[in-house]
Amino acid sequence: MAHVEGQQHPIGIYLKIWGLLFVLSTASYLVDYFHFQGYLRWFLIITFMLMKAGLIVAVFMHMLWERLAMMYAILVPTLLLMVLLGIGALEADYTFFTRGVFFLKALF
Amino acid sequence: MTQAVPTSAVESPQLPEGLQGIVSDWSSDQRAFKNVPWGKAMMWIFLLSDTFIFSSFLISYMTVRMSTTDPWPNPSEVFALTLWGKKIPLILIAIMTFILISSSGTMAMAVNFGYRKQRVKTFVLLLITAALGATFVGMQAFEWTKLIVDEGIRPWGNPLGAAQFGAAFFMITGFHGTHVSIGVIFLIIVAIKVIRGDLDHERPGFLTGRKGKYEIVEIMGLYWHFVDLVWVFIFAVFYLW
Repeated sequence: MAHVEGQQHPIGIYLKIWGLLFVLSTASYLVDYFHFQGYLRWFLIITFMLMKAGLIVAVFMHMLWERLAMMYAILVPTLLLMVLLGIGALEADYTFFTRGVFFLKALF
Repeated sequence: MTQAVPTSAVESPQLPEGLQGIVSDWSSDQRAFKNVPWGKAMMWIFLLSDTFIFSSFLISYMTVRMSTTDPWPNPSEVFALTLWGKKIPLILIAIMTFILISSSGTMAMAVNFGYRKQRVKTFVLLLITAALGATFVGMQAFEWTKLIVDEGIRPWGNPLGAAQFGAAFFMITGFHGTHVSIGVIFLIIVAIKVIRGDLDHERPGFLTGRKGKYEIVEIMGLYWHFVDLVWVFIFAVFYLW
């Protein structure tokens, strides 16, 4: 067998993922177009977002074919961001509450 | 500086897979990332750090938006365009999204043709990618102009609602647009290297003196796909929220 250099996959897989990304983008645009609200909107937006991100990282960025040591080194640290997200949400709720109290006092 | 440093990946015939593979890769007392050129591993680590930067922006935006008592301007209306006498919500951003995804598609194909050593096809696809990227930045410039001039949105306030809208918008899309602009320059440099045959003839690069190889197209591709990836998150949390 000839010397294989780098990542080699059939062109078809890129075209399929490309098409799929178009479909998912259209779907997330339609969420806004049809004015979905509340939890349904959030569920759809986040689902489409994660699916698109997953496809780009897995296929376009070839993460699917990397060794597990590489995959974990890059993907696991991003989970830490969930902590930052949680802290941000808690802090925002508290700020919103204190602002509410402050502005309410200002009325009297 | 004339001597080229080898950049090829380690080729070991049998590497263990799964969790055992992780342990053996990391404890092998040489390089942890097997089968990838070091440049690619370094690009991934850079992208990981960039992920943290963009996440900090997006999480700060979330915090600021959740804590404001003023109503947040509705992005669906702010970014609407009147086309053919009809007001279409968020259409500009939708078109920008499709352009960036298409550029990712052409980039992925450029990487593929690069590894097949099809010089001209790789060059053309890289140029199409750069052109789509430049179009994206152009549309962003249009969007900024519209917001600044027509709608009076400033980083410190705006007539539509919460004052934090402008700061978050200009910071996040500005940083992303900078990434796209740098990517376009980077793409043109790689395209020139490809068409000149620098990679086929393994000529040393002007900056590092390392041998030219088609893996630099893939490394460029990683950066470009990352820019697209960040846009996926910005599109979802900034424009669709």
